[in-house]
Amino acid sequence: MSNLVKLTINDTPVEAPAGTLLIDAAKTAGIEIPAFCYYEGMSLQAACRMCLVEIEKAPKLMAACVVPVAEGMVVRTESEAVVKARKTTLEFLLTNHPLDCPVCDKGGECELQDMVFKYGAGESRFTEVKHHVPEKQWSPVVFYDGPRCILCYRCVRVCNEGMGVGALGVVNRGVVSEIAPSHGDHLECDECGSCIDICPVGALTSGAYRYKTRPWEMEHTGTICTHCSDGCKTTLGTRNGEIVRGNNRDRSGVNGEFLCVKGRYAFDFNHHPERLQAPLLRVDGKLEEVSWSRALQVLVEKFKAVRDAKGNVGVIGSTRTSNEEAFLLQKFARTVFGTNNIDHHRSGDVATLLDALSGKTGALGTSADCYTSKAVLIIGADLSQQHPFLANQIRANVRHQKTPVYVVTPGAVREDKTAKKAVRAGEDWLAAVENLKSSLASEKELLVVFGDAVKGEGLRKLVALGDSLGIPVKYIALVDYANSRGAMDMGLLPDLGPGYHAVEGKAGLTLPQMLAATDLDLVWVVGANPLKNASLGSSKAFVVVQDLFRTETAERADLVLPAASAYEKNGTVTNTCGEVQRLMKAADTVGAKTDLAMFGLIARGLGVNLGKVDADNVFAEIQKTVRGYNVPLPVIVTGGAAQTQAVNGRVPSNVLPELIRSAGDTLFTTGTLTKYSKVLNEVMEGPGGLYR
Amino acid sequence: MTFSPQLEARFAELLTHYPEGRQRGALIPMLMYAQDEVGAVTQELMEELAKRLGITTLQVDEVTGYYSMLHKKPQGKYHVQVCTNVACMLRGGAELYDHACKKLNLGHKQTAADGKFSLEEVECIGACSWAPAIQVNYDFHHEVTTGKLDEILEGLK
Repeated sequence: MSNLVKLTINDTPVEAPAGTLLIDAAKTAGIEIPAFCYYEGMSLQAACRMCLVEIEKAPKLMAACVVPVAEGMVVRTESEAVVKARKTTLEFLLTNHPLDCPVCDKGGECELQDMVFKYGAGESRFTEVKHHVPEKQWSPVVFYDGPRCILCYRCVRVCNEGMGVGALGVVNRGVVSEIAPSHGDHLECDECGSCIDICPVGALTSGAYRYKTRPWEMEHTGTICTHCSDGCKTTLGTRNGEIVRGNNRDRSGVNGEFLCVKGRYAFDFNHHPERLQAPLLRVDGKLEEVSWSRALQVLVEKFKAVRDAKGNVGVIGSTRTSNEEAFLLQKFARTVFGTNNIDHHRSGDVATLLDALSGKTGALGTSADCYTSKAVLIIGADLSQQHPFLANQIRANVRHQKTPVYVVTPGAVREDKTAKKAVRAGEDWLAAVENLKSSLASEKELLVVFGDAVKGEGLRKLVALGDSLGIPVKYIALVDYANSRGAMDMGLLPDLGPGYHAVEGKAGLTLPQMLAATDLDLVWVVGANPLKNASLGSSKAFVVVQDLFRTETAERADLVLPAASAYEKNGTVTNTCGEVQRLMKAADTVGAKTDLAMFGLIARGLGVNLGKVDADNVFAEIQKTVRGYNVPLPVIVTGGAAQTQAVNGRVPSNVLPELIRSAGDTLFTTGTLTKYSKVLNEVMEGPGGLYR
Repeated sequence: MTFSPQLEARFAELLTHYPEGRQRGALIPMLMYAQDEVGAVTQELMEELAKRLGITTLQVDEVTGYYSMLHKKPQGKYHVQVCTNVACMLRGGAELYDHACKKLNLGHKQTAADGKFSLEEVECIGACSWAPAIQVNYDFHHEVTTGKLDEILEGLK
């Protein structure tokens, strides 16, 4: 690298690019300069005074978090003056900080605790009464304990800059300064909890986690959030088998430390009292709890009868189960029942996108591209509501690189505020994009992120328009849920098998056709709720449902099997950008089995060989047989994300655009699971409401 | 919220002092002039200025709460502010404040029933070189003693 500046830190020669902050340059040399307010990626504050260092020829100690490196600079970070200053700073920070560590949620992972332990003094010279104010609750999930606050402004900056919400500020002055919420006594915000996570002390605490456990009493499992399709890693803290916290402080996964309200709090559906814990069998018209052995016996008999009689079968798969489960479900249906009547709820036109991009490489965008691309075009999607992580990436891109963002949406969205151009267009989005063509063509590259309005022929025209710009263009087709993308890639489609290959024989029935058909003998619904606003046409059909809850579809079922949630299984899921990541089992529900285990038990009962039914083994089969999924195992095993390109050639599909429709979730809804998340319901009913 | 034509003209002129996109810089003088006219920095005033400058009401609140010359409630005809921050404290600021309390029969942030005086103990008012200092409305008084304080207060009609 050119432009390297040479300096000396603690007698060690250090080189760093011009403009590097001293605190970062020291870190690269393995020298830690302690700080509270300095936070990578946020604006500089220099409020906490912890990072004071001695710089030769400077008259006073300098804050290393705001001083850029300079040629020949001689810095000392452990000199007598520096050590004394640190001790004094900590003594000041503790003048009003209560010593309630034994009951503070942060105890054990508190930065102030660590710093005092490492750099501080055991005794204080202050004998004055500590300034105290009572704790406040600002929302169902955010509590503020003023006396613990050290006024580092991290929460204010993450809310303002990171989230683009600006719901927190610092009011008053001197000893009575405190953090204040946007609306007097409560917050109007995304309820994302980033402020709680980023707080170095226990000033901001989480309603969901407060007083439940101590950090060292939890087990931590990094898995993928089961809600939207962005594929954020959430590290679940479990105690006594119960999930009590979700965060991602270790910055593993594509999302770094970002999480929205769903990833951080909406794991609570997992322990909802209505979770099914035993199979339900319809006896005399009513669903009654039965044992697993009885349920499987009934199921196997029914499956055998339908298979042997070559009856009509309809299979509806899930947008939240793992790739392995989706793959095995379609394999089961196609090989055992010989049917192509397989579908799932489709929310984005990935098939047409892959077809339109055939022959091109590097045209599929990743979540990282949202942060690095030199220009972004958003079409027909309210990213901040539906894809909070991708929205966060784009906001960070604008903040750090001043990247131009073009917005074409039917209504106002948060991205408008920082957009270079924001245009209102619904069905006529293509005309609006054409109007932007000359601006787009002047960019160096472009990432196009589009929602469910862009599909079929329209999508082909968009790709043609992208080709005509003469710059590299990448695309992200947005879909709804954690494994909506994987469901398509794995071939939960009536006309396409795994990897978008044409199916053998005639294409099967689509989801609406299955619901309307009057001649189905067996309907098998795995992790979906198609009867929420519909009824089943075939009155004679035996309906088998695998689900977490007694949904509307389960109410129509003849047999309901209690399924494990995504947080209770191993496997892989694919996010909206086609990035494969690993699910890790964090908890258990008594009586529930994973869908994969159920397929294995059913196959054994039928005497069918589906190979060894465990997640690793099925993934090995996926790697071998599904194009693009031959991803490097070490990457995903170590918690990384590997992007797939499930096809590189024409896709032989007759896409029916009318079937592609997003559920239109907001930040606080997540399809069927919304009903079972106490936190999401509370924040919706809270006084704050949704920030737009 | 509406202001007098004179104040509106002053606002319009003020905004020309700042480069395009940085009009929020005018917030502090706007708050001061508006406070003089309205009598206090009311919630309505904060919302109005936030709207005009394209910032959040919370950001206006942050500024209002920070500066000791901006008040959210109407003050007495003479608002007496006594600094008890380090430099003033070392030179008798605390005693001065105690004396003012007794003399005016008021406590921190209290206003007399007749509305003539109000009292406030404040953080640094930037007059450390002439500590201890007090401020009455927009006027500073330096190196104040209890005797001098009596004189100042008695001189106010």
